Order: sequence, then C-alpha cells, then structure tokens
Amino acid sequence: MNLITISGPPSSGKTSVIIKTIEAVRQRGLTVGIVKFDCLYTDDDILYEKAGVPVKKGLSGSLCPDHYFASNIEEVVRWGNVKGVDMLITESAGLCNRCSPYLVGIKAICVIDNLSGINTPKKIGPMLKTADVIVITKGDIVSQAEREVFASRVHSVNPTAKIIPVNGLTGQGAYELSTLVYSKEENTESVKGMELRYPMPSALCSYCLGETRIGEEFQMGNVRKMKMGENND
Amino acid sequence: MIEIKDLEVMTIGDMEKKYPFVLSFLENNKLDTTNFKETTFNDYLEQFHPDEFEELALDKEQIKKNLVVFVNQMLSFLGMDKDTVESITILPGVDKNGKRENFDELTINKSEIISIVGPTGSGKSRLLADIEWAANKDTPTMRTLLVNGEIPDHGNRFSTSNKMVAQLSQNMNFVMDLSVREFLELHAQSRMVENPGEVIQRIVEAANELAGEKFDMDTPVTGLSGGQSRALMIADTAILSTSPIVLIDEIENAGIDRKRALNLLVNEEKIVLMATHDPSLALIADKRIIIKNGGIHKIIETDENEKVILKDLEQMDLIINEMRARLRSGETLEKID
Repeated sequence: MNLITISGPPSSGKTSVIIKTIEAVRQRGLTVGIVKFDCLYTDDDILYEKAGVPVKKGLSGSLCPDHYFASNIEEVVRWGNVKGVDMLITESAGLCNRCSPYLVGIKAICVIDNLSGINTPKKIGPMLKTADVIVITKGDIVSQAEREVFASRVHSVNPTAKIIPVNGLTGQGAYELSTLVYSKEENTESVKGMELRYPMPSALCSYCLGETRIGEEFQMGNVRKMKMGENND
Repeated sequence: MIEIKDLEVMTIGDMEKKYPFVLSFLENNKLDTTNFKETTFNDYLEQFHPDEFEELALDKEQIKKNLVVFVNQMLSFLGMDKDTVESITILPGVDKNGKRENFDELTINKSEIISIVGPTGSGKSRLLADIEWAANKDTPTMRTLLVNGEIPDHGNRFSTSNKMVAQLSQNMNFVMDLSVREFLELHAQSRMVENPGEVIQRIVEAANELAGEKFDMDTPVTGLSGGQSRALMIADTAILSTSPIVLIDEIENAGIDRKRALNLLVNEEKIVLMATHDPSLALIADKRIIIKNGGIHKIIETDENEKVILKDLEQMDLIINEMRARLRSGETLEKID
C-alpha cells in the first residue's frame, strides 16, 4: 500500500484537491482510502463517502491535532492495509502552521492557496518546508503576476519540492498531480519505528493541563513572556 | 555545480554580491543577516543556539541543503539559453468516448490568436491543461504537444521560473494590498529583470492605453476598476511574464479596449489562446477550435465573410461602450443612426 500524507492550512483546498486527484487515480484502476484528521468538526468524510471511497475520520478534540496524528498513524495504516486499498491518503489541517505530520520516507504533500497572501511561505514552518510536493490552489482568482510571485516565494523556502498548481474546482492540474502520488514500488505495511520529519514544539504549561485562570501565579511549566520594552522586538 | 563547501566559506556579503538572488532565499527563510555581512555562512549558522533554530522551526542541515539546491537552480535558470517558442503543435488524441479527434495536426505560430469555443464542460479546461503540461500521450485525452515541431523537455514541468504558459483567468481580482508600483516591483523582482524601473514604466503606459480610465503608479491595485485591473494584468503578462504562451479565459467587454489588448500580446510575440463565448472575440482570432464532448471537433479558419461580420460586431461593441460612457457622465441617450 502507498501511504500519502497531505496537510495544509485550514480552507486551503485540501479536500477538493484530494477528491479531484483520486478521480484520476481510480481511473487507473487503483483503490484509495482516506483518513481525515481534524480538531473539532469535519463533514468532509461525507464528501469522501459520496465519492465512493472508504473513509475514517479522527477528531482530536481537546488535543493538538498533530500530536493526535502521531499517536494514531500506526493504527490508521493498519486499517488501510486491512481494507486492502492500493493507496491510503491522510488529510490533516495544520492549524498553527508550525508542525507537520510528515514522516521520513513517506510521501508528503502540502496544499496552500494563492489567496493566503505572499508572506504565507514565511509563516508556514516544516509543513511547507519539508514537503516533497507543494500544491498551490485558487490560482484562478488571482492575477498571473500574483501567482508567479507566490510560487517563486514558495520555491525559495523549499527548492527541492515539486510545485504544482491545481484548481480544486475544475480539476485542472489534478491529473498531473495524480502522476506524482502513486509509485508501484512503494509498499508501506507499517509505520512502526518511523520518525517524524520535524519535532513538535516542546510546550507543556499549566494551560495545557486545563488551567483557565489568568495571572502569573497560575502559570507553570514551559512559560515564556513577551518583551514589553520600548522596542518592538 | 556549486557545492555547500564552496558556499559555507564565503562571507555573506560576498555571497550576496556573487549571487544576488540569495537575498530572497535568506529573507523568505527568516534569516536576518544584517549584522553578519563579514561573517562566513557557516559561522553565521554556527552562532545560533539550537534552541533558536527550534524557535524559528528551522533545521540547520536543511537550510544548507536547500541553499545549495536553490543556488544551482537559479544559476542554471539564469544561464539557460531560453529557446524561443516559435510554434506549438497539437497532435490529436481522443474525446470522452475514446473516439479519435477530428483533425490531423494543429500548428499555432507566435503572434497568432486562436479562439476556443464550446459549451461549458466540453473540455476547454482540459485542452488548456494539456498545453500547460506539454502533454505527451500521458493525459486523459492522449494528446501530444510539440514545441517548435519537437517533443519538448518534460523536466521543466514543475519549474516555477520556467513556465511555458501564463494564464489570464476570468476572475481578475487582485488580492495584494499594494500600490501599482509596489505590485509591479514585486513581480519584476521575482522575474529577476535587470532594469525594473523602465519595465514598470512601460507596463503602466501600456495598461493605460488599454484602459478606458487612466490610473497612476500610486493607485492601490485593489482600488482599480474591473477594466483597469484587466488592462494592468494583460500589460503585465505581455511585458513581464516570460511564458511564451498566454491562455485567456474570456475578456469582459467593459472598460478595456480588447482589440488593443490582444494586439499588445501579439506584438510581444506571444501565442494567444482564448476561450470565449463572445462572438467578436471569437472572430478576432485567426482560427477557432470547436470543442465537443472532450475533444477537438473542428478547426475553422476565420474567413473574409466572417471578417466583414466582425466589423459589424465591433461597431455594435463600440455603440454599447459609447452609451456606457455617456450614461456614466450623466447624459441622457438618444438613438444613434
């Protein structure tokens, strides 16, 4: 089974891109399964069901979605293998733009959109910088110049990735993306023992543990203070 | 090929002098080198505490690796002899039912305009995508695209700086909050042009010739009218974009001189393909492609007869535009004979 991890900021068009891409993948006679990770709510699983693919959703609720991903990916891969699909895609939203659910040796795709602004490549961390393929969506609603500037900035933070524009509405580019995702040689039976491409933040403070009160005496653990001097640093 | 050991020992100042594009790499990776111009790149990275890298969510080895790849890619891009695209040729594939397309080959030369007509969902987007991807019997239509009569190098399919096709889509909005000047400067910078001031001047002049209402360099791009936005985008694509082929998805007939806009593209030696439902645009083209059921159904050359009809259509467009202008200036309309 091929395992593909797809992530990207909320509303960047991940689901639309995936649905258009699996159409092209299935036309080649391959079967696909999807696992959708989100935090509080998603109904994308219904869209996937409509598209006729086996789907599993996982809501992290009160936990950090990326941590939740890391603690569940092993079982998820087992599920995919039991279903017997040729390709298992995990979709997860990078909620704070910092982390990424990518594993060393597993294909990683980041979806970002032209509308998010030209400084976005600077704001997104390992999710963008360590991806193998970067999909840029919503190109049809900005100008050629904006597309070119955006793509060149993405390129400067991740020059090794393949960058491909996809229109999630018309599907333009999805066929081309589908040629990049599947490889006959790859077979992931388990991800046990694999490593994340980049560590998660080392944060654990009283608020992680359920504290709600504001004030210095309630802050414990890994706490950091802003510098409130004259300078903006 | 430059290797990391060559870059590591250079001072950052020297590196920026030798490879000016490194500036954008450092900036976009949030590496502030202001006070380190005399420091070697290696020493610069070494002075970070590991916690600082974690803070920035960066990885030292990754940065080195990316810098080398970036520098080599840029050098090969800048040093590349850009083969001029004299023509593209489409060889037939199949329609949605697997039936062979109804033409033998279609060659489009630079400075030619081809219109694409057909109902929504008939396969116009797929045709445009086939051209963009330089299809080689490896897309659902099984079409083949030749450049200058030959199968092109498919290694450039994912290059961001070397795209064959520029696209002007129907929704022409700007989302950046910048003045016209800043916007064009940014674009010129990403294209690495040598004389940005001159080029920007030329674009704004050209755009103003196309737009019904003039605008200046300090107008915010989000404050431009629909016609002005389209004029600016077309002028910018014609002059600043390096892509030899321009795909246009309809040009709305308001606030812009469409004929001049197309002339501008043609004069810059672009190959122009234009999907349209508008009769005067369809007839301006030298040829038109009729798409049906996912395939090219027919290719029609615009004949003398149609060119006469085009004159009539243009006359009607002119009347509509004139009436629009009068209404806007508060006049009442009278019947035009």
